[in-house]
Amino acid sequence: MDEFMAQVEAFAEEMKRSMGLPILLDQKTGVAMWFDQRELRLRFAISIEKIRRFFEGLTEGKILATRCVKTGKIYFPPQVDCPDAPDSEVEWVEIPREGVLLTFTVINTKPYTFSHYPDYVVGIGKVAEDLNILAWVRGDPAKLRRGMKVRLEVVKREPEGYLTYEWVPVEEQG
Amino acid sequence: MGRPVAIVGTGHSKFGVRNDVNIAELAWEAMREAASEAGIELKDVDQVVVGNAGGWSSEYLSSIVLLEYAGISGKPVYRVEAACATGSAAIKAAHDAIAAGEADLVLVVGVEKMNESPTPIVVEMIGRAGNYFWEFENFGLTFPGYYALYATAYMSEFGATEEDLCRVAVKNHHHASMNPKAHFPRAITLEQCLQSRYVAWPLKLYDSSPITDGAAAVVMASEDLAKKLTDSPVWIHSIGMASDTSNLSKRPDFLVHRASRLAAERAFKKLGIELEGSYKHFDFANVHDAFTIAEILAYEAMGFARLGEGYKLVREEQTYIGGLIPVNLDGGLKAKGHPIGATGVSMAVEHVRQLQGRVEKGRQAEIKRGRSLAHNVGGTGHYAFVTVYGLDKPRRY
Repeated sequence: MDEFMAQVEAFAEEMKRSMGLPILLDQKTGVAMWFDQRELRLRFAISIEKIRRFFEGLTEGKILATRCVKTGKIYFPPQVDCPDAPDSEVEWVEIPREGVLLTFTVINTKPYTFSHYPDYVVGIGKVAEDLNILAWVRGDPAKLRRGMKVRLEVVKREPEGYLTYEWVPVEEQG
Repeated sequence: MGRPVAIVGTGHSKFGVRNDVNIAELAWEAMREAASEAGIELKDVDQVVVGNAGGWSSEYLSSIVLLEYAGISGKPVYRVEAACATGSAAIKAAHDAIAAGEADLVLVVGVEKMNESPTPIVVEMIGRAGNYFWEFENFGLTFPGYYALYATAYMSEFGATEEDLCRVAVKNHHHASMNPKAHFPRAITLEQCLQSRYVAWPLKLYDSSPITDGAAAVVMASEDLAKKLTDSPVWIHSIGMASDTSNLSKRPDFLVHRASRLAAERAFKKLGIELEGSYKHFDFANVHDAFTIAEILAYEAMGFARLGEGYKLVREEQTYIGGLIPVNLDGGLKAKGHPIGATGVSMAVEHVRQLQGRVEKGRQAEIKRGRSLAHNVGGTGHYAFVTVYGLDKPRRY
C-alpha cells in the first residue's frame, strides 16, 4: 500500500514538473484524475474517563465489566449508566474467564492500519447468559470449532505494546 | 398512515469503477434520467433527499454539490445515512414527507464514489463501521469479518457448506450477466468462486460484493400528481425498519439476522402478511447480499425459508426465475455492485422496472401478483429496511 501510494505520488510529482498539474492517468482506462494535494491524517482521542477503572483493571491483570446495582444486568463493554434503571448506579465486577466459543473468523485481507500483523483470528465467546466477548483468538484456526471451551487472558498486544485481552483455547477433557 | 406515495420516474448510472466522472457528474446521470422518465424538470421537485454515506470521497457536503451541479440550488435538501441501507433510508424520508403532505414531488438520489480512495483505505473505513473502539481499534475486524462470524456459526450449526455460499454468487452473477448496468455483467462458475482467495475465512473474494461507484435516482409523488404524470405508477405499500447493536458481541448466537427479521415483521404487519411463507405474496425479491451468507440469512429473516434451511433454497435453485421466489434478478450487491448510498435506491429502480415489465429479457420476473420485496441492511444488521412495492394502489393507508 505505502509502496503503491509512493509510486502514485512520484508519478503525480513527475506530471507536475512536466505539465504543471498533478494529473494521473488511470492505468486501465486512461481517464484523467486529479491527485489530491491535501492529505488528511485522522487519529482520534476518545474519552475513557468514565470507564477508567476498566483500563486500571487490565494493569492489575483483571477484565472488568459494570453491573447495574438495581437490575443486576452486566454491561460489557462497560458503561456507567443503567438505561433500565436511570436512578441506579453501577459497580465494577470481574467477568468470568471461562467461556464457550460461539464463532470466529480469520482476517486474511487486513485493514490498512493492521497490515503489519500476520493474519489474525477474531472470535466471540460466551462467558455467561447475555454476556459475550469479542477478541483475538490464540492458536491454529484449523483446530477451532464453535462450542469449544476457551479462556480469556490479559495479554500485551505487540508490536504496539499495550494491554488487551485474548481468547485462549482450553484443552478439552477426554 | 397518511397519503399514498408512488414512484413515477427512475434513473440508474452504470455501476463500476467510475474514474471517468466526479461525484456530481455521476449523480447527474441518474438524476436526469429519473426526471426524464417522470416527464418533469428537476426544478419542479419540492424537495430532494440525498443518500450518500461518504468518507472515502472528497466532497463532505455532497448533497449541496449535487444540487449546484444540477442547477437546483435553493431546493430543500438533506443527506441521510444508514450505512449500506442509506438509499432505503432516503426513500423512507421522501415517502414520509409526501405521506404527511409536506411535499408532492420529491427527488431521491443515492450516490457513492468509493474508488476515490485506494482499496486498503476503503477496507479500513468499512471495517470501522461496526463499533469502532471495542471491535476495530483493538481487534481490527473487517467488514467481511463481521459477516464471516455469522457464516462460521451458521455453517457449523446447520451444515451449510462453502459450495452453498458460492451458489449464491453464481446465481447473482448469472443475473448480472443480463444487466448492462452491473459492475460485473458476467457469469462465474462454482469452481471460480471456490478457488478465489479467502478475505475473511470462510468467506472468499467471490463471496463478497465489490467496491463500487454508482448512482440511482427515483422521483416520488403524491397520488394526485402521480396520476397526472404516469399511467403506471409503482406504489410503496409498506416500509419496515429496525436496528441492532453496534457491538456484534451483544448479539446472541449469529444464527438469525435479528434486525432483518424485525424489519420484515414490521413491514408485513402493515399488510396483514404472515412471515412464514411470505414469498407467496411476491413476484420477486431483492435481498441484501453484500456477502453470500447475508443472502441466506435474509431468506430466513424474510420468511422465505425456516431457520437453518435458507441454504437449501439456493441449493435447489428455488431463487432463480421459475423457483419459489426469484431473488436478486439484477445481480444483487454481489455482482451489480454495492455503492453504499446508491444501493437502496438502485433496488427501488429495479423494483419499479421489474413490476412494469421492462427489464432485460432473461432476467424479467413473471409479474402475476404485482408485488415485490426489497430488503436492505446497513452495517451487519445495525440498520435494516424492508420495503414492499406494488402495482395496485395500497388498500391500507
